[in-house]
Parts: sequence; structure tokens; C-alpha cells
Amino acid sequence: MPSLPSWSDVQKNVQDNVIWKSIFRPGSIYRKGYRDTSRDRALAAMNNVLYHLHPVKVKRHGLKLTYTYCLGGLSFFLFVVLTITGIFLMFFYTPAAGAGTELAYQDMRNIQASVNFGLLVRNMHRWGAHLMVFTVFLHMARVFYHGAYKPPREFNWVVGVILLTLTLLLSFTGYLLPWDQLAVWAVTVGTEMMGYTPVFGRQVQFVLLGGAVIGPNTLLRWYVLHVLFVPFVTVIFLAVHFWRIRKDGGISGPL
Amino acid sequence: MAEVEMDQGVYDKLIAAGTSERIARAKAKAATVRAEKVAAGQEIGPKSAEATKEKLAEFRANFGGGGGGTTTATAVKEAPSGRLTPEERAARVAASLGQTNGAPSIGVPSDSKHTHRLLALVPPSGIQQVSDKQQDKVYTWPHLLIVEFVALLAMGAVLLVSSYFLDATFRDLANPNLTPNPSKAPWYFLGLQELLRYFHPMVAGVTIPGIGLFILGGTAYFDKNPSAKPENRKFASMAMTFFLVLWTVFVLAGSFFRGPGFNWVWPWVDGLFFEL
Repeated sequence: MPSLPSWSDVQKNVQDNVIWKSIFRPGSIYRKGYRDTSRDRALAAMNNVLYHLHPVKVKRHGLKLTYTYCLGGLSFFLFVVLTITGIFLMFFYTPAAGAGTELAYQDMRNIQASVNFGLLVRNMHRWGAHLMVFTVFLHMARVFYHGAYKPPREFNWVVGVILLTLTLLLSFTGYLLPWDQLAVWAVTVGTEMMGYTPVFGRQVQFVLLGGAVIGPNTLLRWYVLHVLFVPFVTVIFLAVHFWRIRKDGGISGPL
Repeated sequence: MAEVEMDQGVYDKLIAAGTSERIARAKAKAATVRAEKVAAGQEIGPKSAEATKEKLAEFRANFGGGGGGTTTATAVKEAPSGRLTPEERAARVAASLGQTNGAPSIGVPSDSKHTHRLLALVPPSGIQQVSDKQQDKVYTWPHLLIVEFVALLAMGAVLLVSSYFLDATFRDLANPNLTPNPSKAPWYFLGLQELLRYFHPMVAGVTIPGIGLFILGGTAYFDKNPSAKPENRKFASMAMTFFLVLWTVFVLAGSFFRGPGFNWVWPWVDGLFFEL
């Protein structure tokens, strides 16, 4: 009976495999292993999808927790968490309302009562959304106090303000979806203000509500805005935002 | 080096032709230098092909190789594809390092007092600014990525734990005929709703947030102060703090100090009218 191949033989065979080599780029730590040398530290950053976000080296002062408080990164992390929990919730939710067919509300009840981890995931989605508005806001304040919007970062500040607005829109469009008293009346208050837009006020409100008052059309409209349209636009602006951080010389400062 | 006088005639002519002041000044100075050289009987300007060849032959004869007189012939012979022979290259290196044993530097006449030659005047904007300052940097992996990962875990833990213990709000089925009292917008719009108490809805709901967002976005262009140091931007910090505090006060007022009919209440007397 042939003896079993040794562990190092298996490792060698796997790492010399055509498929393995096609997945991990030359120089990847999964090709030749990792030793804690300057070269391998650089390669670890370079042969990683995170190279889109981070260069090989960063300014030392930027590591200090009290410089950024990680606010931008945490905002993005919350965006990712909200995407994941949001996709989970989408499996169990129908954006339908109207007399006798209050599916949206029924689905919300089922998510909380019957779906495994449904209540927990819904809670995470809700608190995460509030938290994200908060971290994005604090991120903006942090950037302002560090003067990090100054040349060459002016445009990225503008992108950031757009992202702040998009964050508010994401949160606000999601607010309606539970279709309970809190949701509908909070959105009523919010959209009434938009009705006072000069000249086009009525039209703006009509387009947003899909009618003169909040109804089933509004729910469907805001659902699509919430799960597709606004996230799509947000991801585009996020990409520009992150790209410009690197192009504009990484983190600002030191002061 | 002493300042070279400008050739006023050349300068005036260039200025009249619309050349920039800086370029005109430089060219006028160059004209003076040329005039001085001509007066001293020196050669100026691009040399003829003949003269260049002679110079090259002279140069090669002087330090063309290590083997004395016999190498001169081989050195002068054109190397294929115009490359220098190793001896020539060594000689040039030696010459550029000033190890010429009294032989003249390349391009500088042997009787010249000067050791430098003006090659060209280039405006600063024409030179690529390479600001490769030495900075205190660390590797992204492990230093930054570990910090990020810990922050991510901490935030994830906070979110998970609070979601386990605190249930998100869920009220009765929406009823268009039953207006809750008070009806409040989401918390981040409560500052605006508070403004509604003082202004016409168009002002509170559209004009103020519109102008606010415009000013916020334009801040990067309005603020011409190049310094990012806190001590140099006291006004900017004060203005931002003022608006942030003002906004926070409005949001808190709308959230906790407004009750039925959106009238003023004291939360410790009348209770909370606030839902997330």
C-alpha cells in the first residue's frame, strides 16, 4: 500500500497547481508563504484586493486612533453590514400595501416572529442605519476640524457632502418600509416639507409619493429607491470617494 | 555670483513683444553675458559641426584610453551604433568627476575662468515638481489593517449586542385616518421640523437646508486659508462649532422637548415623545 503523501508534499502540489496559481498572483503570500519581512509586508498589501483602498505604506500619524477615530472606515463598514442585513430582509419582505393586502406589514411581523434570526437582523439593520447617519455626520465634522478638505482634497469634500445626503436618503427611504404608524407618519411629515419646493413643489411631492398622498404606490417606489437606486448611486460615489483619497495623497495631515 | 546687468534694449523689446516680465529679464541678462563674451573674443552659441568634431577629436586624444598614443586611433574611430567605447565612457566619468589632471571640463574652454556654463533658462512652472519628501510611513499590513480590523470588530460587537437587547420600533399597522400626536420625522430631520415652528415651510423645509447644503459643499472652495493647523483657522473652527452646536440644539429640541401638537414640553415632567 503506498504511503500517504507528507503535508509539505500536499502543500507543494496545491501551490504548484494551475488553478491555485491563476487565483493568487505572483508574489502573493499564498504562493510562497509569508515571512515577516519588509518585502512580504509590501507584497501582502500589493497582492490583495484591498490595494484598491490602501497603498503599501501609510503615514504613521494616520494610525493614531484620535486622528480619524476610524469614522470613515466605520461608516463604510456599516454600509456593508446594512447591505448584508438588507439582502437578508429582502428575502422575506413584499413591498405591498393597501386595504386587505397589507403584505408589507404582515411580512414585518413574520420576520420578527417566525424567521430564524429575523428579529436580530431587523434590529441590526435599524440600529445600524441610525448609527451610520451618526458616524457619517461625525466623519464630516472630523474632516472639517482637520482642514482635510483643503487643496487638493476640495472635490472629495464635495463628494463627501453628496454621500452624506445619500446616507440621509437611504435612511429616510427605508423608514417607510415597515408600513406601521411610525413609518407612514414620519414620512408624511418629511415629504410635506418637500411639497413646499418653489415652483415644482406639488410635482416633486407627486413624483416622490407616486400620488397625492402616501399609499401603496409610495411604498413600492420607496422600496425600489431604498434597495436599488440609492445604493447604486451611493456605491458609485463611494468608489470615487475612496479613489480620490488615494490620489490626493492618502490621509491628510499631520497637522 | 555677482548680479548680471540686464541689456535694457533687449528687455524693452521683449516686453513690447508681450513676453512675461520674468522671461524678458532672464533673456536680457543672457544677452548681456553674450555681449561680454563677444567683446572678450570668446566663442558663443552653437558651434559648427566641424568645430564640434575637432573638439571631440581633441577630447579623445587627451584622455581617450589607457594605452598612450596608439589608442588615439582606435578611440577616434566611430564606435558602431554611436556608442562610446568603455575607455571613452571611463574617461567621461573621470572628466565629470573632475579627475582630468588639468584637462578642461567638457564644454568649457580650457582658458575659461568659469567652471559653470549657462545651458538654459527654464521657468519654474516648466519643471515637473517632484515633491518626494521623506515621510514617516509604516506598512499598511500589518499596522493599518490590524487597527481597522479591531475597529470593525468593535463596531460589529456593539451593533450585535445592542440589537440583541434592544428591539427596533414596530407600531400598529399604518392608518391614514389616525394621525399620531405628535407626528415626528426621523431624528435627523427633527432639526428641520423644529425650524418649522419659526419659519414658513418653504423657508424651513427647502430654503434653509438647500442653502445649508450648498454652503457645506462649497466650504472647500470658500475657505482660501491654506493652513490646516488649528491655531491658524480659529474662525473656521469657531464657525463650524457654532453651526454644529446650533444644529444639535435644534435636533435635541425637536426630539425631546416637543410633545403633543409639537408644543414645548419638559421631558422630565411630561415624558418622552421620541421614537427611533
